[in-house]
Amino acid sequence: MDRRQFLAACGIGAGGVLLPGFGRAIAAEQLVESLDVAVKKRLADAAMSAAKAAGASYCDVRVGRYLRQFIQTREANVQGVTNTESSGVGVRVIAGGAWGFAATNSLSAEAVADTARLAVAIAKANAKNQTAPVQLAPTKGVGEVKWATPLRRNGMEVSLQEKVDLLMRVNGAALKAGANFVNSSLFLINEQKYFASTDGSYIDQDVHRIWSPFTVTAVDKATGKFRSREGLSAPMGMGYEYLDPQAKDKTLSPNGIISYGRSYDMVEDAQAAAVQAREKLTAKSVKPGRYDLVLDPNHLGLTIHESIGHPLELDRVLGYEANYAGTSFATLDKRAAHFKYGSDLVNIMADKLQPGSLGAVGFDDEGVKTKQWPLIQDGKLVDYQATRDQAHILGKTESDGCSYADSWSTVQFQRMPNVSLQPGKTPLSLNDMIAGVEDGIYILGRGSFSIDQQRYNAQFGGTLFYEIKNGKITQPLEDVAYQMRTPEFWNACSAICDERDYRLFGSFFDGKGQPSQVSAVSHGSSTTRFNGINVINTARSLG
Amino acid sequence: MSIMTEAEAKTILAKVIKLSTADECTAQLTGSIEGNIRFALNNVSTSGVVSNIDLAVTVAFGRRVGTATINEFSDSALARVVKRAEELAKLAPENPEFVPAVEATTYKPSDTFSAATAAITPDQRAEVARASIAPCRAQNLVAAGFLQDEQSFVAFANSKGAFGYQRATQMDYTCTVRTADGKGSGWVARNLQDSSAFKPASDIEIAMRKASASAEAQALEPGKYTVILEPNAASGLISFMFNYFDARQADEGRSFLSKKGGGNKLGEQVFDPRVTFMADPWDKELPVFPWDEQGRPRERMPLVENGKIANLLYSPYWAQKQGKKVTGRPGNIVMSGGTKSTADLVRETERGILVTRTWYIRMVDPQTVLLTGLTRDGTFYIENGQLKHPVKNFRFNESPVIMLNNIDDLGRPVRVSEGGRMQMMIPAMRLRDFTFTSLSDAV
Repeated sequence: MDRRQFLAACGIGAGGVLLPGFGRAIAAEQLVESLDVAVKKRLADAAMSAAKAAGASYCDVRVGRYLRQFIQTREANVQGVTNTESSGVGVRVIAGGAWGFAATNSLSAEAVADTARLAVAIAKANAKNQTAPVQLAPTKGVGEVKWATPLRRNGMEVSLQEKVDLLMRVNGAALKAGANFVNSSLFLINEQKYFASTDGSYIDQDVHRIWSPFTVTAVDKATGKFRSREGLSAPMGMGYEYLDPQAKDKTLSPNGIISYGRSYDMVEDAQAAAVQAREKLTAKSVKPGRYDLVLDPNHLGLTIHESIGHPLELDRVLGYEANYAGTSFATLDKRAAHFKYGSDLVNIMADKLQPGSLGAVGFDDEGVKTKQWPLIQDGKLVDYQATRDQAHILGKTESDGCSYADSWSTVQFQRMPNVSLQPGKTPLSLNDMIAGVEDGIYILGRGSFSIDQQRYNAQFGGTLFYEIKNGKITQPLEDVAYQMRTPEFWNACSAICDERDYRLFGSFFDGKGQPSQVSAVSHGSSTTRFNGINVINTARSLG
Repeated sequence: MSIMTEAEAKTILAKVIKLSTADECTAQLTGSIEGNIRFALNNVSTSGVVSNIDLAVTVAFGRRVGTATINEFSDSALARVVKRAEELAKLAPENPEFVPAVEATTYKPSDTFSAATAAITPDQRAEVARASIAPCRAQNLVAAGFLQDEQSFVAFANSKGAFGYQRATQMDYTCTVRTADGKGSGWVARNLQDSSAFKPASDIEIAMRKASASAEAQALEPGKYTVILEPNAASGLISFMFNYFDARQADEGRSFLSKKGGGNKLGEQVFDPRVTFMADPWDKELPVFPWDEQGRPRERMPLVENGKIANLLYSPYWAQKQGKKVTGRPGNIVMSGGTKSTADLVRETERGILVTRTWYIRMVDPQTVLLTGLTRDGTFYIENGQLKHPVKNFRFNESPVIMLNNIDDLGRPVRVSEGGRMQMMIPAMRLRDFTFTSLSDAV
């Protein structure tokens, strides 16, 4: 090891012995290793043979190596660097018409075969109380195939020194531009997933994700007021090239706010954040009322996620998530009745294909080739998100490819694909859209978000708010949140910028299930206008 | 093997400390066995058991720190993990906020282990699911629930002679019951250390009653209302507030406990005088480990006493810098209250709204701890001491700081399920002028 590998495990800032989350702490150089595919195939075959011999009618095996790197800094200090690895094998079977699942962190053929037999025993026990047998939509075996996130630069191969240097430049830029405090981080994730099933598939996938958030805080000691401004980046399904800023990926608003697409200038954004955080301390407090909202893609993505992505998860619709995440207002009868979810402009596509998106993979976690399909067409509800055992409920003959597990040790279930609002079909730029608004608010970035358990009533904040008067952006605003009822909100959609403005928003740690699992998903959109939305003022006094 | 005895753990930790040549060495073993069962639509959906054990070794050379972890305990594995941690420490940059490991001390044990919980079997879990589902099926109601039980141990030692070992258990049960037509929904939650006190048959009746009683809800105008928050409804808001009790944040001017002009609000009256929050590792109903995540001994100490800020939470670095005594970070919060039940509070209410559960609570403005969220699974209008009729769910925008200045009465504190980072005991509470800002159609 040399000095460059100094951050080779967690603990720089740790005074104690807190275990890192997710897995075992490893050295940075181990982040670029992978398991031999022949070894993975042998393990998968051992599991499938044992499962079939024990009476399984179906078996799938996931041999997973999950790697994470997390670097945290504040001001001039590196607070911590954590590299973790978690490896093991998850075996899922159908026996007696019921699911069974078991997992082991041992990578020996005997342990994996034992685990498969345990999964069959659990399935047989579950079968006793099962009211209807599992029905799997057919999926053709694909033989031995590979898929990898298209990368220009594998983040795990970039030296820690380079990463720390970038974060130090970010913090320095923010402090120099007037911030009192700055926290910046870098998350890198690599899922090395090998899937095999008794359908005849052996799929080796190498999935990468990156996220670089920061928070800049400005304090006015005299008044006791403080305001923060988060970064305007999006987590992406990309390599380190995301942090190599390209001029073509920037969008400039009429008041000079820079938004980012397929690459991100973190230093530039931190500098702007410091100026804007200070502006927020004296910005005008919003007058409550109804406004036309112009929502930037880096804000609208979260609204799409909460009010369209989640309510169209089929397990939620059916009641499987009733005790935790909740159910959904978008019940199956509404699809049959072509429920008017939004205005005619609203076209929502689900996909696991978009390059650079967090949801992009070649195959899902039950070996289904990924695809794109419509959820809402011309404002009408047309479909949901389903896995192999749910497809028949929708009258479908194939799965949508929405199965995902966050670890080899957790059982795969239905998770949200990318869910994106399609760009406007007629040419419309951001400037033209703002020029057409008389009394409105332009909102960028994510803020607080809350939505009820059936996804009707939601409230969203944001990062940056600007008043629009007679087609011009006039001044920054503060204390803004909008409240909405999902169908009314989407039916108030009155204009969508064209594809030139299309960008991805991302959610890196979306929680669902009990025990809870996380997943990562992107939402694309262009800047979109919504008319007459209820805005409240969130300022309070503590006396 | 996931749960070691004290002697087994001590032997391993002693070997690790002896192997290290660093200025300081701390080793910690943690192990757990977690079991769960999940059900929905009146059927069991998943069940499982997960065992885990890990050894973490942290060493320091001066201000350079390294940590490594392992899940094997052979002599060669122990030598490997110590060597790895030492290599990492030697290569690490100096940490300007480094604080030495804790000195040897005697920890007063707390009673965190219950044999009954540790002995829960898969059959017992299945029986809890059956006891939840069967009465619902019989009454055309639909149950979805989750039971999770855990036994665990923590053992740590350092080169200064500090040593701690303790076992713990916990179980958490939640169940949502909905009417078949989807018009009513009720919920029950039970958090216990000792599962022998768990009575699923009577708990499920609470959720069933709320489900049936909450159907055909009427809409009330949003606005300011007198509310009774059941303990689980109040805890979601209150636990958020304790994220802002960090002394450094307050001193830096970015907390509701920062003072205009600089400094913090230690000693100031911030809440109604009836508000007292005590951290107490030895609390009879909510014991937690007597040391924190860094082995610092916890103390019984008030965070808020009679409405005044009694203590803020100092990291060892910030305490040293500010010349304050270092104490362990609290692991629990016990709010004082009275002896009344929620039903007693309802009986004494002329007009108000009973909120049995709150949901999806998020920070809107950290300056005032303004939170938004919704009511869920049973919200009722109270008139002349009676539950008059169910009401549609509301969205609220309210700060726990404001809420705890508008107290009308406090009930008996109970263990709550959703306490956030810290375990909590919270009473039911009747509050004036609680702010509902919109209606939700969700059931």
